[in-house]
Amino acid sequence: MTNHWVDIKNADLVLIMGGNAAEAHPCGFKWVTEAKAHNKARLIVVDPRFTRSASVADVYVPIRTGTDIAFLGAVMNYLLTEDKIQHEYVKNYTDMSFIVREDFTFADGLYSGYNADKHSYDKASWDYETGADGYVKVDPELKHPRCVYQLMKQHYTRYTPEMVERVCGTPREKFLQVCEMIGSTATPTRAMTVMYALGWTQHSVGSQMIRAGAMMQLLLGNIGIAGGGMNALRGHSNIQGLTDLGLMSNLLPGYLTLPGEKEQDYDKYIAARAFKPLRPNQLSYWQNYNKFYVSLMKAWWGDAATADNHWGYDYLPKLDKSYDMLQAFELMNQGKVNGFICQGFNPLAAAPNKGKMNAALAQLKFLVVMDPLATETSEFWRNFGEHNDVDSARIATEVFRLPTTCFAEEDGALVNSGRWLQWHWKGADPPGTARSDLQIMAELFTRLRAIYKSEGGAYPDPIVNLSWPYVVPTSPSPEELAKEYSGRALKDLTDPKNPAQVTRKAGEQLAGFAELRDDGSTLSGCWIYCGAWGPGGNLMARRDNSDPTGIGQTLNWAFAWPANRRVLYNRASCDANGKPFDPARKLIAWNGAAWGGADVPDYKVDEEPALGMGPFIMNADGVGRFFARAAMAEGPFPEHYEPFETPLASNPFSPGKAETLNNPAARVFKDDRAAFGKADQFPHVATTYRLTEHFHFWTQHSRLNAIVQPQQFVEIGEKLARELGIADGEQVKVSSNRGYIKAVAVVTKRLRTLTVDGKPLHTVGIPLHAGFTGLTKPGFLTNTLTPVVGDANSQTPESKSFLVKVEKV
Amino acid sequence: MPLQSLDIVRRSATTTPEPGVRRAYTGTVAKLIDTTKCIGCKACQVACMEWNDLRDEVGTNFGSYQNPADLSDRSWTLMRFTEYENPKGDLEWLIRKDGCMHCADPGCLKACPSPGAIVQYANGIVDFQEENCIGCGYCVTGCPFDIPRISKRDRKAYKCTLCSDRVAVGMEPACIKACPTGALVFGTKEDMREHAAERIEDLKSRGFDKAGLYDPPGVGGTHVMYVLHHADQPALYAGLAPDPHISPLVRLWKGRAKPLSLAIMALTALAGFFHFVRVGRNEVDEQDEEAARRSLAAGGKPEMRP
Repeated sequence: MTNHWVDIKNADLVLIMGGNAAEAHPCGFKWVTEAKAHNKARLIVVDPRFTRSASVADVYVPIRTGTDIAFLGAVMNYLLTEDKIQHEYVKNYTDMSFIVREDFTFADGLYSGYNADKHSYDKASWDYETGADGYVKVDPELKHPRCVYQLMKQHYTRYTPEMVERVCGTPREKFLQVCEMIGSTATPTRAMTVMYALGWTQHSVGSQMIRAGAMMQLLLGNIGIAGGGMNALRGHSNIQGLTDLGLMSNLLPGYLTLPGEKEQDYDKYIAARAFKPLRPNQLSYWQNYNKFYVSLMKAWWGDAATADNHWGYDYLPKLDKSYDMLQAFELMNQGKVNGFICQGFNPLAAAPNKGKMNAALAQLKFLVVMDPLATETSEFWRNFGEHNDVDSARIATEVFRLPTTCFAEEDGALVNSGRWLQWHWKGADPPGTARSDLQIMAELFTRLRAIYKSEGGAYPDPIVNLSWPYVVPTSPSPEELAKEYSGRALKDLTDPKNPAQVTRKAGEQLAGFAELRDDGSTLSGCWIYCGAWGPGGNLMARRDNSDPTGIGQTLNWAFAWPANRRVLYNRASCDANGKPFDPARKLIAWNGAAWGGADVPDYKVDEEPALGMGPFIMNADGVGRFFARAAMAEGPFPEHYEPFETPLASNPFSPGKAETLNNPAARVFKDDRAAFGKADQFPHVATTYRLTEHFHFWTQHSRLNAIVQPQQFVEIGEKLARELGIADGEQVKVSSNRGYIKAVAVVTKRLRTLTVDGKPLHTVGIPLHAGFTGLTKPGFLTNTLTPVVGDANSQTPESKSFLVKVEKV
Repeated sequence: MPLQSLDIVRRSATTTPEPGVRRAYTGTVAKLIDTTKCIGCKACQVACMEWNDLRDEVGTNFGSYQNPADLSDRSWTLMRFTEYENPKGDLEWLIRKDGCMHCADPGCLKACPSPGAIVQYANGIVDFQEENCIGCGYCVTGCPFDIPRISKRDRKAYKCTLCSDRVAVGMEPACIKACPTGALVFGTKEDMREHAAERIEDLKSRGFDKAGLYDPPGVGGTHVMYVLHHADQPALYAGLAPDPHISPLVRLWKGRAKPLSLAIMALTALAGFFHFVRVGRNEVDEQDEEAARRSLAAGGKPEMRP
């Protein structure tokens, strides 16, 4: 989230799209009801299904799954043509006036630099034009034909209400009603928040859907203000923490990135990430990359990380390709993976195409499952009849199950959607022989290290030199680790302006990342968390909910990264002179000498507003970008592409071109492509989702959850049910080209038949919680049906949009 | 009863007057269910099961989000889901938390023939005292909302207690505490009516002209009330009674028929007395004693001659 849960109460308009907050985040959804009840806010829900969120919405708008860019592109077109944009904001705080290179082009659904064989782009032309002074050229008048404003306007002229009706199946008048409501927030005193979740991320164009939403918010001046923002609702209690700590295959903690195999040179690695400002007097905070990197390396390798060995740069793996989930299971399926430590993950249930997962796991020599529950993955080899019809005798994988504690049986911090690190205390001892993940990993590590120490190996240095200063090496405490990721001084730190002045003594915890150094004198395991355990102690454990300004800025409750800042980009809530656009929702302001207020300023704290530093300090240009430059895989502006399994034969936005039917930059493995289904055999579109009553594949093991939602079902519209002669409560079979499931039919008005490209189209809704272990009635894993293709940037699988056929059993 | 909020003001099948010195000066309590804020998450169902230590069967899905399928002796509250297409052609998903309404004039209590099996407290809560329940099911007939359920295991009647145990010590009912959206609120009935009025004003600003409070006068008002978007059509909400009244049979039984039934009972007693005077007591003769001795010796129960 750019903002946080409580802040949603400040919104005048709430758009839930690509998510179902009431269903999947009922506790956070409280703040939507607060906004409605106490701020007269209106709620819009755009979704293929009439959801629990829609049940309390002022306006519900149906949309075909996977077509959100068509919808949002048309909203932007409306805002631009009807002049519903916040001019002062857009003029000062975005790249609208920036001029783009002459060789950048877009035609027939493709951007310049496309390589059809590799399904990827050479992105050199996707950039701004630089002047003789080394800075990006701008046209403040926005007249230049290649300025971002003109290019963007041109790009979205094709996105009309008629196209929305044709592509999304959304009735025109409903679409225009929504546009009008959204447009009303272009004034500085009205705020719209956007709440989204996996309904946007789980598409082959998911990242661009989110970008389209963010661009809409920029046009309206809704980023950086109270009650606004782009708010990703994280689906696990600590999934925000997972990405923050760099548990993606290409990341290091704090959104630092692992080097690629071509980046053998340390200085070049740093230089490519410490962006120089693209416009005069811009902060470009990533210029401090080296300080974050060196402090991380000191946390990991301690004294072994020195200036001489580039702080352990050679210890880091250099990626030849991304090792995301889809890639890893593809390699496993090819027999290229021997062992798999599966920690807090149930991929047989959670990854796409269960049939492929079954085959891949059977290729392993060993599988270690660390989990509090007997997951489906740990039982993949066992025959559960139709629900998991495998031949156990032919599976040689040796499976080890290591029972772990669950969240309530351990201390530690969880990071919520609003970036708050909230410390929690264990409520009970674990049952039986369960141990914490920490203990298990530490035990594994210390034993491996002993083997490397005694027997050596190809390159034992990164393992034997790993810093492991914990009191009990086989059981590091959560407190020790928290202090480490927050960070401390390794030597006495002195004031650069007055070297006699010691600002931080050796061994002291640091107050924030501004204290980090690139000379090895500081340590921080995750720079964005720096200060969470500061000199004053554990700020994550704070529970003071006092809210002096009344807008939900509880700065003494827990710790929000970065720097306890609650609303990112909050400088943009003020005009160019530093006055709040909306005094009733003041976050920060310039008082003539410094910035301050109800939040920690996301800005240089003593920077005079007149000097023109932009509010988006993490961007080298200091502004919010409509034009993504080379940051995205498929292009600088979001463009609509069909899901990989689409009911349409051609992309209505670039008709007749096979290569632009789907995302041209998506990576698809050969066998997975062959497993895609076609609309003539599988005529209905399907989407998967959660139910309030369950959490993934855990709570089927809990009796209370099983009582309130006991059995697998699929939702089908009344029209489709009539066509197929299916009555409410009857069993149906739903098949894709990869397998089938059987479930109870819930026949509903809430899934309506859409008219798409002139033809009726039925949507089938498939909740994902069923499994063959637990207390609920045994069921089929929903991912039996889903295709293996990911978003071109994040490789998040396209679980929200695929083709199926429904039959009566 | 040491807890004044649990002072009993009415007791089933009892004619002795209840103590009346203390009379809920702080007003009666009420639960307000705002159907327009409810997202049907069922946290209230789970909280109810947890607080009251109830675990219903893991059932099946019958083609609905509604689970368990119905109220039961172990499911005292239940979300009922209705899909309604309004005259404008827009869909509405009406979600109503069903359970005991705690009527001011409770039909169950009126109908109950077992002394003290159903009581009404000074704070308005209508509570079942299962130890006095004879399982006759009259409360089921007497309830205009179809709430009480007779357990198949112990043949006693069960329903929501409005967490009378929690309320007695100043806590809100478990369902209220669990509700994430504030759709469930609890307080004095007066405060709840005021809160409802604010909600109704908000709903009217959103085009629900007929929004209103459900506090049906036919049962003297209720201590569980609903805010409805369509207060003119309560039946839309999974058949919520538009104008609930105590069943005429119960009213007949406990009303006009009561003196008649009392007269019949008196008459029966009188007939017994005259039978005794005229025929005398039923005496045991030697033959009976002999039969009993034989039977006991054989290890059986004593035989009784008719």
